[in-house]
Amino acid sequence: MLDPAPLPDDVAALPSAPLLSVQDVSIAFGGIVALDDVSLQVPTGALISVIGPNGAGKTTLFNCITGLYRPDRGRIVFAGRSLAAAKPDRIARLGIARTFQNVELFLRMTTLENLLLGRHLHFRSGLLAAALGLPRWRREEVTHRARAEQILDFLDLQEARDRRVGDLPLGRQRLVELGRALATGPKLLLLDEPSSGMTAEEKADLVFRIKDIREEMEITVILVEHDLKLVMGISDWIAVLDHGVKIAQGNAAEVQANPEVIRAYLGEPDGTNG
Amino acid sequence: MALLAQYVVGGLAVGSLYALVALGIVLLYRTSRILNFAHGDLATFGTFIAFALISTAHWPFAAASAGSLLATALVGAAFFFLVIRPAKEATLLGKIVITLGLALILQGATAVFWGTDTKTMPFPLSDTKVYRLGEVVISQISLGSFAVGLVLMAGLYVLVQRTRVGLAMRAVSQDMVAAQVLGIPVRRIFALTWGLASALGAAAGILLAPVTLLDPYMMLDPFLKGFAAAVLGGIDSMPGAAVGGLLLGVVEALFGAYVSVKFKTTLAFLIIIAVLVIRPEGLLGREYKRRV
Repeated sequence: MLDPAPLPDDVAALPSAPLLSVQDVSIAFGGIVALDDVSLQVPTGALISVIGPNGAGKTTLFNCITGLYRPDRGRIVFAGRSLAAAKPDRIARLGIARTFQNVELFLRMTTLENLLLGRHLHFRSGLLAAALGLPRWRREEVTHRARAEQILDFLDLQEARDRRVGDLPLGRQRLVELGRALATGPKLLLLDEPSSGMTAEEKADLVFRIKDIREEMEITVILVEHDLKLVMGISDWIAVLDHGVKIAQGNAAEVQANPEVIRAYLGEPDGTNG
Repeated sequence: MALLAQYVVGGLAVGSLYALVALGIVLLYRTSRILNFAHGDLATFGTFIAFALISTAHWPFAAASAGSLLATALVGAAFFFLVIRPAKEATLLGKIVITLGLALILQGATAVFWGTDTKTMPFPLSDTKVYRLGEVVISQISLGSFAVGLVLMAGLYVLVQRTRVGLAMRAVSQDMVAAQVLGIPVRRIFALTWGLASALGAAAGILLAPVTLLDPYMMLDPFLKGFAAAVLGGIDSMPGAAVGGLLLGVVEALFGAYVSVKFKTTLAFLIIIAVLVIRPEGLLGREYKRRV
């Protein structure tokens, strides 16, 4: 940790295989290379951040991990399984949940309904059991509602419970989206700029919640953020993307001292968001 | 006054069938944004299946209807998997043109299998037996199809609003990407929607058969009316489709009675034009507001 150079990619020193392993992933759209040989090893229980200026490829990376994009080259392995040919809904079932930079909520549904949709993949009893109101279905329904209520409590969203999500302010919507991701019961949570559109107070709350998600819910977290201050305080380490290339990786101090990072990211007048 | 009530009742009976057709169109549109021009021909095909099961296989009416709904649902779902899904790179307009192709294929298949001559559907309800509600008279067949229409609409409402599958359907219609990353199997939901919409069409076809008689083009007019009803109610709104269908039925009956029978069919299209000019999102729709 005293070595100021970026950490090497190989994680041979780790005791066990990483939960998520992104290996030399590349993807291009038309002539534009969005990700260029990006590798990332995320151990179980970690909280890491990916930063970089706009257009650096951060969201593209998330889209590759969640199966919305198929990489041109490279491999993504999650919990020992290759995600190469998996559809997004299958990947979700394996235990990866995410939020979106431009909130993707079911705006015409209530907060509770959005959270229950997060529980959707855990329902076991079929349509028939539901239509007949069989005991098994009732028990399931009760369990899932209870879980949704716990998450509402955890995120302090009880007052928004029965309100249409489209009527909530953006900061609250981001929380609902976070809650919906948590409702899926993920092993790995990908948060795409969760603090944008939040007030300073909401951001401070968010930091505590992300810590709780990691420590109490034992969920591994990858955070894509613009707000460097938010990232610096809570990440185990930080990877820096620029124009689709990973230019640095290390702890907060290391990244801040890295000349490439300073040039590519911190040097940009509007890149740091304060 | 009694005469007016009579026209309204007659209009509601026909309107409930327009509503069924409209619901099939709207259900699919909401989920996939595809306007299915094969909806009427799927319905015709399903009606002929019911006809064949009754007249050739000698199934009882109820069993034949159930068999027809199932078969039509399978045809709809198969069409999704075999054609619409592989054409996923096509534009929305392209997909709509594909449904026109399906319409022609089904129309041709119906004509080849069953011929183009008009047939009579054996129907368990009578159109000569009538019930009186005060001064209003309603035939058994109208009352029966109105009742079945309402039951199907209520069932659809429960399915979409109250069940987990319905919740998934609504989720897919509101934000497909979000639904996918929550683990909702979007393709299966689409296939289910195609199946359900097609079955609704077949139900409407079977209920209309005693009135229109059977031929490969029997659903052309009801499809256009259902389409008009969907636009009137709001093409993305299921309650809108129901209201639009009933309203169109009543307005048409009154127009036919008091203004002109000849222009009764034209009226539906005057309504489409008027709605698109005055209130493009339809009575209960919200499409246009959302996309501003």
